[in-house]
Amino acid sequence: MKTEIYRTTPVRRSFIDEVLSLVKYRYLIGELILRNIKTRYKRSILGVAWTMVNPLLTMLVMTVVFSQLFAFDLPRYPVYLLTGLLLWNFFSETTVSATRNLIWSSKLLKRIYIPKSLFATAAVGTGLVNLLIALLPLGIIILITGSQVGFALFFLPIALLLISLFSLGVGLAISAQAVFFADVVDMYQIILVAWMYLTPIFYPQNILPDKFQWIFYFNPMYYILECFRLPLYMNKIPEPQIILGAVISASIALFLGGFLFTRKSDDFAYYL
Amino acid sequence: MILLITSNSMTKTMIDKNQISDDIAIHLEDVNIRYRMLQERTTSLKEFALNWIKGKNSYTHFWALRDITLKVEKGESIGIIGDNGAGKSTLLRVIARILHPTIGHANICGNVTPILELGALFDPELTGRENIYLNGAMFGFSRHTMNGKLDRLLDFAGIGDFMDSPLRIYSNGMVARLAFAIATDIDADIILVDEVLAVGDHNFRQKCISRIETFHDKGTTLVTVSHNLSLIQKLCSRVIWMEHGRIKADGYPQEIIPVYEQSATEALFDKSQADTT
Repeated sequence: MKTEIYRTTPVRRSFIDEVLSLVKYRYLIGELILRNIKTRYKRSILGVAWTMVNPLLTMLVMTVVFSQLFAFDLPRYPVYLLTGLLLWNFFSETTVSATRNLIWSSKLLKRIYIPKSLFATAAVGTGLVNLLIALLPLGIIILITGSQVGFALFFLPIALLLISLFSLGVGLAISAQAVFFADVVDMYQIILVAWMYLTPIFYPQNILPDKFQWIFYFNPMYYILECFRLPLYMNKIPEPQIILGAVISASIALFLGGFLFTRKSDDFAYYL
Repeated sequence: MILLITSNSMTKTMIDKNQISDDIAIHLEDVNIRYRMLQERTTSLKEFALNWIKGKNSYTHFWALRDITLKVEKGESIGIIGDNGAGKSTLLRVIARILHPTIGHANICGNVTPILELGALFDPELTGRENIYLNGAMFGFSRHTMNGKLDRLLDFAGIGDFMDSPLRIYSNGMVARLAFAIATDIDADIILVDEVLAVGDHNFRQKCISRIETFHDKGTTLVTVSHNLSLIQKLCSRVIWMEHGRIKADGYPQEIIPVYEQSATEALFDKSQADTT
């Protein structure tokens, strides 16, 4: 085995170094994902089933509320709503827990060297496992409502990859700030609520008149949501400009998040 | 005594790869650690922004380490002594690559296993076995590798029957034993020991010390922080005395420890005199 030599330099760690150290600590990512899933439901009656029941119940309530109150002109509304909710929940849970995990791990980070981006990565992994479990009840709803599913499903992994990278980028950016200021998470959660209402999750896109449609085009989550929803809801592969929008959003988020994070990560141990 | 030169300029030079010779395990060059604290510990962005507008965000700087230059050869066993707050643990954190020097360089050759505050790396909700996997992964080991070590770990820690119970029902001694067993089962090049030998009963302490001694025999570099001077005398061939973030003395234990003990007694004597007058 080659001896590893570690040298500190005034030059900050590069993004590539961070990715390489993630590979070295890959087992820890797995262990953290397992722990997150195990401890989350450990003392609850339904256990992991909550992952499936939770979005279903929310969907049920919202279906009743929105289809009765607003009478949106959307066929198979439960599928439309549930696809939106699942994706949004993934994004908001992942980014918030990326931040929380990093703060809660201060105990670890003061005692042992661990690449700090590992916590955001594990949060995305945990979110993906939860999302995959929750796809099961979604499948049942799709069957019940008689939605068409087919070859477009092959696009789904790409959509999942895009939302994962986007969430990782946002999670890194937010958690790097939250180390220094405790109220960043609270502020971010307020932003999340506003952001959710600006994204066509439970209302149709045509709810806004044509001259305000640009609001969606500036929303990265709009493109990613379309990529996830269209294959499941319409059995359609999204149009190239939507895919392009989603790819650009994910790349910008990842590089910006990675930059903001690695710029500060050497200093975390001083503040945690 | 070591002559100390204060340098406040950030060295921009990259280190030449050949600068470390093969027999050096730890080489610290003018390492300074500065904690920057806001005057009134502002932890919210709101407060920070408000103070920033008012121009009231003043920082206090605290230099935990000043101009530390230290070379430790491979296989050496050094002890770090000094009063509380002298920077001993901070120094260990630099070697463990937890703290990045504010100024200066740390060159560490080989992988480092810190044995600090036993049990801090565990999750109380997980079982002993799951914690072994988790803790192992923190040092970069797969489950497969840890399974190979399992019997040895359980034997050393003596927790056989409790392996599949959550850690929160373990006694402190059991947690400490398990943590020590995992940390010392790694083929590390450098081992850092910070006051861990203060926990546990006499038996366990003896077991730990003899295990550390076997590491020393194998050629592992050891850095021990302790207030227990007789332990330092027993384990170490070289002692670093730290005071106010600087190295005050560096040499043989039999030379330095008596001087340190004397100064500690004198300080106590001065204090008691000041109290009576």
